[in-house]
Amino acid sequence: MKRPLLCVRGLHAALESGEEVLRGIDLEIEPGEVHVIMGPNGSGKSTLANTIMGSPAYEVTQGEIAFEGEDITAVSVDARAKKGIFMAFQTPEEIDGITVFDFLRTAQVAAGGKPVSFFAFHNQIQSSLDALQLDGACAQRYLNVGFSGGEKKKSEILQLLTLNPKLAILDETDSGLDVDAVQVVTEGILRYKNKKNALLIISHSTRLLDKLPVDKVHILCHGRFVHTGNRGLIDEVNTNGFARFAPAEAR
Amino acid sequence: MERQKTQVEEIGRELYDIRDENRPDYQVAPGLTEEIVREISAGQNEPEWMLKLRLKSFKIFKKLDMPAWGPSLHELDMDQIVTYVRPKADMTDDWRKLPDDIRNTFDRLGIPKAEQESLSGVGAQYDSEVVYHNMKEQMREQGVIYADMQTALREHGDLVKAHFMKLLPPSDHKFMALHGAVWTGGSFVYVPAGVNVELPLQSYFRLNAPGAGQFEHTLIICEKGSKLHFIEGCSAPQYNVLNLHAGGVELYIREGATLRYSTIENWSKNMLNLNSKRALVEKDGAIEWISGTFGSHITMLYPSSILKGEGARSEYIGVSFAGKNQFLDTGCKVIHAAPNTSSTMSSKSISKAGGNTTTRTSVTVQPQAKNSKSSVLCEALMLDNLSRSDTIPGMDIRTDEVDIGHEAKIGRISEGSIYYLMSRGLSEEEAKAMIVRGFVEPVTKELPLEYAVEMNRLVGLELEGAIG
Repeated sequence: MKRPLLCVRGLHAALESGEEVLRGIDLEIEPGEVHVIMGPNGSGKSTLANTIMGSPAYEVTQGEIAFEGEDITAVSVDARAKKGIFMAFQTPEEIDGITVFDFLRTAQVAAGGKPVSFFAFHNQIQSSLDALQLDGACAQRYLNVGFSGGEKKKSEILQLLTLNPKLAILDETDSGLDVDAVQVVTEGILRYKNKKNALLIISHSTRLLDKLPVDKVHILCHGRFVHTGNRGLIDEVNTNGFARFAPAEAR
Repeated sequence: MERQKTQVEEIGRELYDIRDENRPDYQVAPGLTEEIVREISAGQNEPEWMLKLRLKSFKIFKKLDMPAWGPSLHELDMDQIVTYVRPKADMTDDWRKLPDDIRNTFDRLGIPKAEQESLSGVGAQYDSEVVYHNMKEQMREQGVIYADMQTALREHGDLVKAHFMKLLPPSDHKFMALHGAVWTGGSFVYVPAGVNVELPLQSYFRLNAPGAGQFEHTLIICEKGSKLHFIEGCSAPQYNVLNLHAGGVELYIREGATLRYSTIENWSKNMLNLNSKRALVEKDGAIEWISGTFGSHITMLYPSSILKGEGARSEYIGVSFAGKNQFLDTGCKVIHAAPNTSSTMSSKSISKAGGNTTTRTSVTVQPQAKNSKSSVLCEALMLDNLSRSDTIPGMDIRTDEVDIGHEAKIGRISEGSIYYLMSRGLSEEEAKAMIVRGFVEPVTKELPLEYAVEMNRLVGLELEGAIG
């Protein structure tokens, strides 16, 4: 029997303060699919992304998350990464004193990738840097330290390309990018995408989606999916906003 | 559980902890009396002036009080400390001539290998005496002197006499007085004018005897326009009695000369490390202190620079890492005594499992030191809620025409950063190790490669909790 790559069932998650942010999410992603989550500010988009990644900032109060058929609800963040889940952060952390190159090499092995020779790895990184129109010197800078907003987002895509996960969650990767940078990041994502892996794209705007294949679009309001549809939904949201989808109690 | 996939390399603390059987050739009785001071002096075959200096120091020691600031030294009982332990080995310039246990100890620490690959010369002290000293021939040909202090006293007596304990007089503080009374071992370096010693010299100090003190004296003179990198390493196996280290380091840097003085200190956690280091820097000369403090139960160590000549410069980069039951009180002191002098201090301290780090910095700018510059940056990283970090800056500025900056940042390790790294497959410990490794990077990048690796290993060891 075919099983989904990611299967989220009845997921509720709360902040440390007890405030419930996710109130019953169901989501199935098959290998090869691209899912998009849209929703107004504060609807819980980033919480969902971080809960799937396993962030300690949120507590799962009900429901479960399964990856390749295995319940990972209680699994640590690093173990999830090793299984093949990746998240491009909305605001990537700055890690002083660790070069991008050293970090990538450590992460590539830590995430379970096959160790490759220094030169092969170097070439692989160089090729990704070129594709993302990042300066070669970038690899020798400290991770995200002093990076512009655009460089930080590209650095996340560089990590995506290096770690080549089964599921990539992109949390607002297009925010703060100019038109050209959106273009480059899109190319990067297309470079990653194949028939076996999957994308979960959280987006405020839709510029990133123009050139990406999209299978399903979910509208998230107040911690629940209020509507799921195909690519056409994106245009509808662009034209009319989220008001139509908001649940009655929130109007 | 799988661990240690990061580039923080794995080694055991055992490397440092292997004890040789304590079978000294000879040692003095515990405690400190005039007889013991005379006994040590007699064993050194030294000139009369040195005995006088020892006796004067001993008198001062008796008079001075213990320091009333800093970590409590109440555990120290001088009556229990053996101030002189002579190893069963004659000094040699051939590792093969050393007794097996002593040679194996230095082999394990990688000293002979480093000597071959990346150093101009090596001195190795075991307990109270230097057992090995050697320098590459080409350095000798250029007139560089690198010798144990006993040999230096014999062969370069006037030079030693003119400088010995002139920068660090016994009256400076109680442990300098103790040092003056019972010092033995250490290294003497003389670099003639214009000579650039390309590869570093290294002296390594190993204390094997339980309950003993080590009081080596290092004296370096860099003549006009010369250049030297001197590396000092220290370690000891763990005992459950206190050991004491009160070395003295005096550095004379003449016009336009540059001296880099690097220390990686990894004493065992039963050590009181009360070391004193001072540099006198003349016109356009420079002292660069690189200091890594990992071991010891208590450390009080504040290298100081006296910028005596116009345009003289001092740089200090220090890192300390305190675990359980460790009180690492470190920092730097600079006196600007001439115009256009400059100093920078950058300190990084890490504490975990209830460890305590204190960073003291002191900048004095005298009235004549116009157009001087100083910048101080102290950063502390606490890995948990049990640990403690303090920053105590001092400034005494006696002229308006200066450019002074001070910045202190104290914080806990960021949960967000740990989460970020874990989301890339690193375990929590690996993530912390990477953050700490990055935090100390400004220091490691200043070290020769082998020492940078050593520093990373020590960081890894501390994080693993392998050191008690």
